[in-house]
Amino acid sequence: MSVTHQNPETRVKERNKSHLRTTLSFWAFMAPALIGLILFMGVPIIWGFLLSLSHAQNTIHFGHFIGIRNYTDLLTDPEFLNSLYTIVIFTLFIVPITFVFSLWLALMVNKVGRGKAFFRTVFFIPTAVSYAAASLIWRMSLFNGTAFGFVNHLTALFGMSPIAWIGTASPPWYWLVLVTVRIWLQVGFYMIIFLAALQEIPHSLYEAAAMDGATGGWQVLRYITLPQLRATSVSILLLCLIAAFQAFDEFYNILGGSGASSGNIGLARPPLVYIYSIALSSQDFGMGAAGGFILTALIVMFTVVQGKLFGFGESREGK
Amino acid sequence: MSSFQQLSRRELLKVFTFAGGAMLAGCSDKNPNGTKLTLTQWYHEYGEKGTFQAVQHYAREYSLLNPHIAVRVVWVPGDYGTKLATALLTPDGPDVFEDQLTEAMVSAGQVAPLDDLFTPEDLKDFNAKDIALNSVGGKIYGVKEIDDMQLLYFRKSVLKAAGVKPPTTMDELIAAAHALTTPTRKGIFLGNDGGVTALLTVLPWSAGSDFLVDNRIVFNNPRTVASYEKLLELNQSGSLLMGAPTDWWDPSSLTQGLAAMQWCGLWAYPKIHSILGDDLGAIIWPAFDNAGVPVTSLGGWTAMVNAQRPYVEEAKKFVKWLWIDNLKDQLDWCVGYGFHVPPRLSLAKRAPQLSAPIPAYAVKALGKYGQATPPLWNAAMTSDLTNSLTNIVKLGHNAARSVSNAATQCTRELNRELE
Repeated sequence: MSVTHQNPETRVKERNKSHLRTTLSFWAFMAPALIGLILFMGVPIIWGFLLSLSHAQNTIHFGHFIGIRNYTDLLTDPEFLNSLYTIVIFTLFIVPITFVFSLWLALMVNKVGRGKAFFRTVFFIPTAVSYAAASLIWRMSLFNGTAFGFVNHLTALFGMSPIAWIGTASPPWYWLVLVTVRIWLQVGFYMIIFLAALQEIPHSLYEAAAMDGATGGWQVLRYITLPQLRATSVSILLLCLIAAFQAFDEFYNILGGSGASSGNIGLARPPLVYIYSIALSSQDFGMGAAGGFILTALIVMFTVVQGKLFGFGESREGK
Repeated sequence: MSSFQQLSRRELLKVFTFAGGAMLAGCSDKNPNGTKLTLTQWYHEYGEKGTFQAVQHYAREYSLLNPHIAVRVVWVPGDYGTKLATALLTPDGPDVFEDQLTEAMVSAGQVAPLDDLFTPEDLKDFNAKDIALNSVGGKIYGVKEIDDMQLLYFRKSVLKAAGVKPPTTMDELIAAAHALTTPTRKGIFLGNDGGVTALLTVLPWSAGSDFLVDNRIVFNNPRTVASYEKLLELNQSGSLLMGAPTDWWDPSSLTQGLAAMQWCGLWAYPKIHSILGDDLGAIIWPAFDNAGVPVTSLGGWTAMVNAQRPYVEEAKKFVKWLWIDNLKDQLDWCVGYGFHVPPRLSLAKRAPQLSAPIPAYAVKALGKYGQATPPLWNAAMTSDLTNSLTNIVKLGHNAARSVSNAATQCTRELNRELE
């Protein structure tokens, strides 16, 4: 067998060539995603930031720079501050309710011996319904304020008079409408995630617990199931929190963000609806962009605090 | 080997070049009928049956008279204002559209001046208030298509049975609504937000106040406050219908007997009259008290030309043909479907449909008592004032303080606008 010796220069050239080929392939594969990311994420973010420093009325071109006035105007606008307060209250309600309810559903479905797939599907289906469609059903059919609305029909059986669920401020019945529609829509999705995590818990743990004398569902839940679901729970809390801060559709469609009866939106206007009306109805894109950045900062802040509290990213299942 | 694999690179390039060319040709302004130019015209979605077919018919008529131009009608459902405003920010917005003129549209260069479309006779014949509302800096930017107004509709027999007369003041109206309320029917329907949107400007006007005069916010006064406090009283009275399946612009709550009186547009008159017949009565919003005035808002839609499109002159000719010269189509549009008052005074007098008692009263009342906010008043100011009225009526905030806060906010908006 003969061995051919290449001279070192040729070897270096070949290596360089192969390195170049690898680099080119890397960029060829990366380029479409990267260009898309820069074009559709990077550029709008930078553009939006420059807009937020500009007076941009009826235009999306920046240039008429006014410093941080859009930010100071918004942060001294009582309605914007009120919208931040609204969304914090909404989040404080919706996140724990969704969490507990979806976990409870997952535990129940997991326990079912027969027809598990059926129940899983039934509870998951609302996730496929659009927020706008569900909101209209809630507003016009279920929580219609006349005597022939579904809920009023039920309450009439107990001798109650019809309630205007959406327009009544005291007691604030509209929260019932807003919270129930979101729970109905999103609980199935989180239930599926919990269900997947539940099925990952080794059965041997439950057997060991039984041998150690763990009695009753509560002890097993408290010392085996919940600790095993820790990472999943933290992820769900974070997802739920971000989704709550981005709430728009049900508020806009149930309380009416524009047109006739837009007065009800003043009862509970989340920041996204407020930013939408500033930017798209009033066409003040500078202030709208500033609102977007303030909301982003708020979401990041809450996520970091929640992450710190629950230790997101530093634990694995069961630890 | 398939034929596709046998294609050389050069042949493949040819195929793509040809296909690309064909696609680009399809995107041009030439349309399949051989006409050379397509104008795009946007309308918001009118609720009355036959309206879409009518505007398509007008567009076809224009193309028949001007074979080199086609008009593509876009019927926009939902939040029209937002969709239109966003489209106007791009180079591909509509050539002709309907909206309400604001000064911001003029300063952003979105609308073309239309002064040269009007002859002196035309100018004299149009409602002077409409011309003023569509003028900024001495130039006219829009041609009013229709004038809209609202009425307080009621069933005469229901009022008679309750011993109630049509109200002439706000206190009488509150008393009437109370007297007309039964366990199965509310006294009055003003929209599902308790009248916040529908009466936002009407109430202060009825008390003799106004909003924006000579570049100054003027609504922060005791009359505005008192009128808003009365809406709170009405909301707390238990006589208001809320949570109805449709809102105040639709007459179903009155015709289906959910409420005895309803604030609704003249546009709904044909439908209400067809159901209630001569039992139908209507008045404009009563004066707040003896020092106030009865009032209705002068609304409607204005045709404008997008100044950023390449076919401004062609679009202006089309607007002149349809909304200034073409009396037949204007009359059809104003009274053929829902009822609207024609902005041309001579046309309003000639329309036989508007000679019945209620429409005739409406036309006269609009001329005498119709009020509108000027083009400098913008959506942000409306939003600030709406927030203030919601706070008063729904959340029980102090009325004087809420109105004063709204005035501060509106002044800030005004200063931004005037920058």
